[in-house]
This record gives sequence, C-alpha cells and structure tokens, in this order.
Amino acid sequence: MKERLEALREEALQELQTVSGPQHLNDLRVKYLGKKGALTEILRGMGGLSVEERPVIGQIGNDVRGAIEAVIEEKQAHFQAAETENRLRAETVDVTLPGRKLPAGAVHPLNKVQQEIEDIFIGMGYTIAEGPEVETDYFNFEALNLPKDHPARDMQDSFYITDEILLRTQTSPVQVRTMKAMNGAAPIKVICPGKVYRRDDDDATHSFQFTQIEGFVIDRNIRMSDLKGTLLQFVQRMYGSQTRIRLRPSFFPFTEPSAEVDVSCVQCGGNGCRMCKGSGWLEILGCGMVHPRVLEMGGYDPEEVSGFAFGMGVERIALLKYGIDDIRALYTNDLRFLSQFARM
Amino acid sequence: MKVSYRWLNEYIDLDGISAEELAERVTRGGIEVDGVEQLNKGVSNVVVGYVTSKEKHPDADKLNVCKVDAGQGEELQIVCGARNVEAGQKVPVALIGAKLPGDFQIKRAKLRGVESQGMICSAKELGINDKLLPKEQQEGILVLPPDTAVGTPIGEVLGIDDQVLELDLTPNRSDCLSMLGVAYEAGALTGRPVKLPEHSVADAAERAADYVQVRIGAQEHCTRYAARYIKGVEVGPSPQWLRNRLIAAGIRPISNIVDITNYVMLEYGQPLHAFDADKIAGGRIEVRLAREGESMVTLDDQERKLEPHMLLITDGEKPIALAGVMGGANSEVTASTTNIVLEAARFEGGTVRKTSRQLSLRSESSIRFEKGVDDARVIPALDRAAGLMARYAGGLVTEGIVQEVARAGEPADVAVSLERINAYLGTQLSTLEVKTIFSRLGFEYESDDSGMFNVRVPSRRGDITSAVDLIEEVARLYGYDNIPTTPIEGPTTPGALTAPQAIRRELRAKLTAAGLNEVMSYSVTHPDRAGLFTRLSEGANPIRLAMPMSEDRSVLRTGLVPSLLEIAAYNRNRKTDDLALFEIGSVFLTDETELSRLPQEKHRLAGLLAGSRASAQWNRKAEPVDFYDAKGVLEAVFELLGMTGLVRYEAASIDQLHPGRTAALVLETAGGRKQIGYVGQVHPALQLQEDLVDTYVFELELEPLYEHADSAIRQKPLPRYPAIERDIAVVLDRRVEAGRLTGEIRSAAGELLESVQVFDVYTGGKLGEDKKSVAVSLVYRHPERTLTDEEVTERHTAVVERLGQSFGAELRK
Repeated sequence: MKERLEALREEALQELQTVSGPQHLNDLRVKYLGKKGALTEILRGMGGLSVEERPVIGQIGNDVRGAIEAVIEEKQAHFQAAETENRLRAETVDVTLPGRKLPAGAVHPLNKVQQEIEDIFIGMGYTIAEGPEVETDYFNFEALNLPKDHPARDMQDSFYITDEILLRTQTSPVQVRTMKAMNGAAPIKVICPGKVYRRDDDDATHSFQFTQIEGFVIDRNIRMSDLKGTLLQFVQRMYGSQTRIRLRPSFFPFTEPSAEVDVSCVQCGGNGCRMCKGSGWLEILGCGMVHPRVLEMGGYDPEEVSGFAFGMGVERIALLKYGIDDIRALYTNDLRFLSQFARM
Repeated sequence: MKVSYRWLNEYIDLDGISAEELAERVTRGGIEVDGVEQLNKGVSNVVVGYVTSKEKHPDADKLNVCKVDAGQGEELQIVCGARNVEAGQKVPVALIGAKLPGDFQIKRAKLRGVESQGMICSAKELGINDKLLPKEQQEGILVLPPDTAVGTPIGEVLGIDDQVLELDLTPNRSDCLSMLGVAYEAGALTGRPVKLPEHSVADAAERAADYVQVRIGAQEHCTRYAARYIKGVEVGPSPQWLRNRLIAAGIRPISNIVDITNYVMLEYGQPLHAFDADKIAGGRIEVRLAREGESMVTLDDQERKLEPHMLLITDGEKPIALAGVMGGANSEVTASTTNIVLEAARFEGGTVRKTSRQLSLRSESSIRFEKGVDDARVIPALDRAAGLMARYAGGLVTEGIVQEVARAGEPADVAVSLERINAYLGTQLSTLEVKTIFSRLGFEYESDDSGMFNVRVPSRRGDITSAVDLIEEVARLYGYDNIPTTPIEGPTTPGALTAPQAIRRELRAKLTAAGLNEVMSYSVTHPDRAGLFTRLSEGANPIRLAMPMSEDRSVLRTGLVPSLLEIAAYNRNRKTDDLALFEIGSVFLTDETELSRLPQEKHRLAGLLAGSRASAQWNRKAEPVDFYDAKGVLEAVFELLGMTGLVRYEAASIDQLHPGRTAALVLETAGGRKQIGYVGQVHPALQLQEDLVDTYVFELELEPLYEHADSAIRQKPLPRYPAIERDIAVVLDRRVEAGRLTGEIRSAAGELLESVQVFDVYTGGKLGEDKKSVAVSLVYRHPERTLTDEEVTERHTAVVERLGQSFGAELRK
C-alpha cells in the first residue's frame, strides 16, 4: 500500500506540473483528492491493515495528501494572480481622457471685486450699509453740501425722474441716511456699495450705470492721518504689503480737506509701465474729511465729532485687476467673458 | 484753463522753475495739470521776410516767383504757390536748412526749372492752431503785420517759443480761471511774490457820466455794474503779441477792442463786454430781468426767446445783451465803431448758469460768472482794459467810472486755532509753520499766544469761508505726503454682514456651484420690456426718466426676466447655446403715475436656463434642460434657506409663460399665503419673437426669503431602528398632480410614514390617453422600535384604499 501511495504521489505531482488552467486544476483535485478520488480509493483498503501498520500508512497517506494539496494551492495562487492581472489589464482606462465636468458658474466680476473689498473692511471692523438707488435730491445732493445750482453739480449730470427724485449719482447719500439712522450715536464705521447712475455716454472707460463703494467713519477725534492709515491698510490688503499710496489735494463738496488717492502701480510696482502710463501711480480713490455742514445735516455736532469718507469705483478696480480694457464688457454679459471668472 | 508759461512769468518770476516743474508742483498742490503743450512743434530757421516783388512762374500757372528780403544780406528767390501772396507783405520765410513740424527740412530746390531758396509758410506749416485764425489766413500763407521787423525769428513774432499748461480746475478753484489767480497759486507754492499789471487810466477832460447812465433794476441778480466810456477808438487788428496770447489760451482774435476785453478777462478772471456806444439809445443802461414773450438776437445772429428768469442789459427799453452770457447783435462793436461803452459787472452765478444752460450757450464769460467773480477785481479789470484800449485802439478814456453797487463784496474773516489744525490733520505743526503758509497764500492774519489765527481771506478766494477751508489750505501747502499715517484710536467695532447680505452671498455661492453664471444688467430699460413678466409687479406703473439718453434706457425695470432674455439672445447669436444665468438686483415699483415719494425697491433673484443641462462629453450625452431643471434650482435655494416646507408650487397661467409649464411659487406661513415668485417656460410665441429656443425662467422676491430663512441647524438623532420600504405603482387620471397624490399618501399613511418619493411617471402604451402610471416609494419607520410586517401592511393597504377613493386610482398590474 505504501508503494501505491508513493506512486500516486509521483503521478499526481507529475500531472499537476502539466495543469493548464483553473478548471483543469479543479479536475485534478477531484481526481486525486476528491471523495471518489484516487487517494481515497487507496486509503479505503486501510481496513485490511494490521493495527501496527495502520498509523504508519495513515501518516503516509496524510503526507501524500499534504504534498498534493500544497502543489494545488500553489498552482491555484498562481492562477488567481494571473487572473487578477488579466482583469486589471482589461480594466485599464485612458487617464488622459477628460473627467466628467462638474457644473461651474461664476460670480459676476463686479460682485467678486465688491465682495473682496467688503471682506477687507469687515475685517477692519466695518459693517455694510445700503440705500435706495432712486433717491431724493435732498439726500443725493443737498444734504451733501451740494445745494441746487451749486457749480459742482456739473461734475455729475444726473438722471432726474421728477424735480426732487433722481437715480442716485453716488453712494454718498447712504452716509446721510446712516447718520440719520444712528441718530447722533458714534462711532459709525460703514462701507456703502451700490449701483449709481450718471449721464455719461458709454465708452471704453465710462458707463452710465456703474458701481461705487463708499467708506465712512465718524467718531470723536478722527483725524486726516487716520484716513491715510485706513486707506494704506486697505490697499495693502487688496494689492499686497508693498503697495504705497499718494494723496493729492482735490475737491469734493462733501469733504474738506479732499484728496485724490493714487496707489503705486499694481503692475510695475511704481517703476512706470503701460498700465500707469509711465507715472508709476494709478488713481483709484477719492477721499477727505467729512465736511462740517454734512455732519450738521446728518445730526452731528462738528465740534464734537469728526469723520472721514472715501469712495472708489468698483469697475475701475475690476478693470485693473483683471486686465479688462473696456468697461462695457462688464455689462454685455457675454458668457465667454463671464465664465472666465469661475475661479477663486 | 490754458496758461502760457511765458505770460505767467509777467506776474511771477519763474526763473529756475521749468514749465514741467511748475506743472508738477501745481498738480501736487491740488490743481491737476492735464498736460504741458510745447507751442513750438519743431520750427527753426524761419524768419520774417518782406516780399519785394512777385512775378508769374514762366512755366506754371499756379506758381509765383517772389523776391524776398529776409535780412540775409541778399534777396532770396522763392517760388510760392499760395494764392494770397503779394508784394509788400511781411511773411514767414523758411530759409534753406530750416525745419518745420513733422521733421520737414527745407532744401534748395528747383520748381519747374526755377530755383527756390526757401519757402513762404502758412500758419499750419508752422504748427499753429489755424482754427483760431480768420479764414483767409487759414487758406494761404500767414501774412504778418506790416510793422514786423524783417529777419526776426518767427518763434519770437508768433510767441511759440512757449509752453502752455492745461489746468483741470475743480469747481472750488475758479480763482484760477485767471492768470493772476494762477500767479497767486504759483506764488503760494513757490514762495515768490506776485506782480500786478498796470491798470491806471490817464486823466481826461470829458466825463463818462455825460455819456452813459447805469441802473440796476434786478439787484439780487447783479451786485455791481460799472462802465467806462471810451471815445474815438479805431477798430482794427490787435498787436501780434496780444493775438498770440489769445491763441495760446484758445481764444480767437477778432479785433483790438474785443481782443482786449478777452485779454483782460484772462488776466483778471473778470469778463468784460464792449458795446458800440452809438447804438445804445440815450446812453442808458438798465439791468433787468426779461419780460414774458421778449426776445433778442445775440451776437451769433440767433434769435433767442427770453424767459423771465433771464437777466438782460437793456437800453432802458430793448435788450442789448444777455447778461454775462452773450452780447446783442444790435449793440455789437464793428469795424466802423468809434465810441465804446465798456462793461464790467458782477452777475449772480446761478442766474447766468440757468440762462446759459437753457440756451446751450456756454462762453468763457458765462463760465466765469457761474463760478463767481471777485468783486475786488471789477474796477481794476475795467481800468486795465480801458488803458489798453487807449493804447492799442487810440481811444480817449473819459473821466470816471459810471456804476451802481447793489452789494459790495467783502473779504471774509475766518478764525482757526493751531490746536484745531493739528487735531484735524493729525499733525504737529508749529505756529511759525502755519504763519508761513498763510503768508505764502497772501492771506493777512493776526495771531495770539494761544495759537488762534484770525485770517482775512482776500475776496479772490471766495471758496474759503470757514475754519476747515483754512485747514485744507494749510494741509495742501504743508503737503498731504507729510501728514502722518495713523491707526484709528478709540473703541473697536465688530464688522459683519447683515442677514440679507449674507443670504445674497450664500445664494451666489449656491447658484454658481450649480453651474449658473451671474449676470449684471442695466436698471433702466425700454418701456416695452418693462411691460413683460409683470406677475410680481402687478399694479406697478413703470417709472420714466425725465430726460432719458435713449428710449431703450428710459424706464426703470419692474422685473429682471426681460433683460435675461436679451442676454440669452445675445449669447445665442454668439453661438453660446447652453445658458444657465441668474441675476440678483433691484426692481422699482410705484402705484403713482407721477412720483411724489420714492418708489419701492425690491430685491429679486431671477434665472434662465436653456440648451443643454451639461455639455456633451465623450462619455456623456447632452441632455436638454426642462421645467424640472428650473424648479430644481428653486428647490435647492429653499433647501439652502431651510424653507422647503414653506413653499408650494402651483400650476398657474402667467402672461408670457407657457400655460402648461408654469408654476406660481406660494409661500405658506403663519401669516398666510403669499405669491413670491414663478417658474416656467417662456411662451413659445415670445420665444420665437426673441429668437430663443425652449427657455425656462424663474423670478423670486428676496424679502420673504430674508424674513423666513432659517439658518439654525438642529441635528436630528440618527434612526436606531430599521425602516421598511414599500413601492406601489398606481394608474390614475392624468390630470391628478403628483403633489396631490403624495399629499394623500402622507395623510393616509399617518406618522409612521417617514418619506414618500415618486420614482417613475409613465404615460402612453396600453394605459389610454387620459391615464398615467405613477410609481412611488414609501419608507415606514417607528422611532422607538422595529416595525412588524403586519403593521406596515395594514398602513399600506389603507394607502391604496385611500388612493382608490380619492382618485379612482388602481394598483398597476
């Protein structure tokens, strides 16, 4: 019996070397190790063995089984690996084909810039005040020290609806509304973004409808040096810590002293380039100390408090920031243009 | 204001300060210099020549051969094609080697066989702005006055070796609408003194009062009217230097009398007017307002209809000038004029402004009156002009000024303390520094030990009336750059968005993440557009601008959708067919026909979808958008705002929308039901008209969203017991809305029903025309224990029964 077992081992191991695939392997397992397989067949004859021989032959039988199983397992592992490899090969994708696009829309560039500016001022302790786009002559002009027939009204020809009601030409009336709402309380620190309207013929740099952001601070002991400090902080957050500002005396009816503010060119840093027309400076803001008459009309005592105000055109900032050369592009709403702003 | 650098030098010594440097200083001082123009555009070696003879060119009809004495020792032979060249003229001669603007060099040449040793030049060839010259001077060569010295360099004669500063004046600095004003400004910036021009008048035997009388009838509109009478003038051309200066300032030379009035206006900022005295009946001058129905012909030969707010100069009867705006044709100075009434007056700015506006007549004179003239300069300017007329027009200035003064201007006394200056600016200026600044400005002041300054502001600076005005003067002369940069002291304030502002930002973020692009359209539109999609603006009257720039932008919008349609059409014309847009903006509503109070401004959100949902890719087909894409956007909005349970979509018929594909959005709150928006397909007829394909739009009021948005997230515990899911499909009448079906299911199933969702809707096939099959998935769950099959079956049977009762629905086999 021992010889038969040894022969079986020999035969099985030999045949297993020729195994051609997982099915064949399984057939051989059944053939040699199955319930009706060759090994079982041989061991069935154990009944005729002596008590002494039985454990010996049993041991040999187990050895043979073990040897065959080991090879079968090895072969099986081999076939599985090959099969996995085949499957993976079959599943290979072309990683250079484009991915499935997620939807992506863009916030309008004007709002994008506006939000950025708002966030800077919120970080500096400002809140955002809003007011109507259709305004009274009183809030838009008179309460801002621009009585009827004031020559400075030339500067901003307006869209009137009636003699007393017009499309606001500036966001400054929100200053007055804020003062009245605050009813003499200080401090006030607000910015007022919004649409404004002037009788300008549209061209590359003018739009009859545009967006302003006005800033406005009132408290005891507000100084012109605070205005400079505030604007410097703002432009450095907006354009980088190397940015410098330059104030030039100017005139606005609602501020005194008044200034135009230049920032060092955002493109060349002040060396002079095409964007700043070689001057190294870009004009982006108007500002000044709130005129005492404006404080009075807002219900504040100019002897008790002082304040500053500043204003900027969002379009101009957007044009500079994004390298847009025609303001009308912002109002044409061409999706090929707008979709370029779907980025952080 | 155009300022000749050389002319300015007569009032202030600018030695060592170039025109460019001056421009920079003036700009940094607060008056923007737009540019510095070089008047000489590249002329050299051009001198004055005398044409001694002119003969026809032997071989060319249109050419002349001239002999010219140009002070070169021997006569030059010059071939000239100008029609106006004549022997005996003084003309500009470009010598051999001369340069003319445009890099043009004069060489020895032969013209049709005749040698030409130079060129006789026109004004244009010399780079002169010939628009300001008389027509005959524009067409041919420039003929110079007979007394011009031969051989003189032309730059000297024409005053082009000069630069002109173009000042962009802010409305408060009208004092710089005069050379003297600019000189004072330059003096303040440089610390140099100002020299005033000569303005004395020689004594005469005859008295002006014997020839002219003045009366101001409208004293609120004219505070001073002064006149001089000048006899025996000879009207002719002005001297060349005077013409040069007017041209540099952009004013056309006309005659010595008119030129002198303009010259002195430029010098002093005081407009003057010269009348032909013999055309003023009785020598009477009366200043009064126009009468109803009155009219006059102005100098430009236009008949002007006058209105009662317009101020006139009259001869006691008829108008002879429109005060401060333009003279009358009936009293105009002409070549035959011999006696002059010279006017210097102070008319009220608002009056002049209104008249010049209404008649669209803006003149150098009206501009100055509008901004206010200096009372202290009225008489000096009058005298200066009279003196110049005596000198350059041979007139005799009669004795005395005839004038009426309704109100004399006074210098302003303004006080400011050093402490206030420093506290306002954040500076630490000393008394001495402030004193120096006031002195440079030419302001007289008194100061005391406490640092109080009492400043007497000269009347030329009418813009300075209060302490802050003085502080500004100190600041700008001290230099804004020298003011320190400080942080605000005092309490800190928290910065934040208000809830509505935060909601708008959230909406933008949500909608853009969903693939919609934000657009920004104009708030004004065409009246026809304002009449579309008015569902949310019912009863509102469109608000019309009083003077729109075009009909397309003449009324305020009452909705956002019409402009979205325009944007869609615009993009489709540019081959962008897949459109997903939204806009957040205000609309303007009133029930008044004429506004007596501000309209309501309502914030709205509107959107538009058309074309494909997502663009086709190699692994994805493009699918057309439909109603449910638009509705899905709105559902996402309400989900974002925690308002899903408050909103109903109800089939509605709305103008300009597809009657079968439109829903009204109804907000149901404790306060009641309110329509807050709509969503639907644009009516096919309108789509066709607007050149659109299937287009879905929505519009939504934002105020109700501000009011009901719920940002308080309360976490619900996760379920601890399993759910049981059952599907049913029922066949029922096609008109029964899914919303009613699911509502009925909820009601019948009771509180164990956790959710109900439609997962298939099917029509056609064997169902019959008026039927549809709806498949619904129901999820049952008990919060505190595991449900038994029997319990669920019991509920489920109740549901099926109810659907049968309510809708005649049958389970689909």
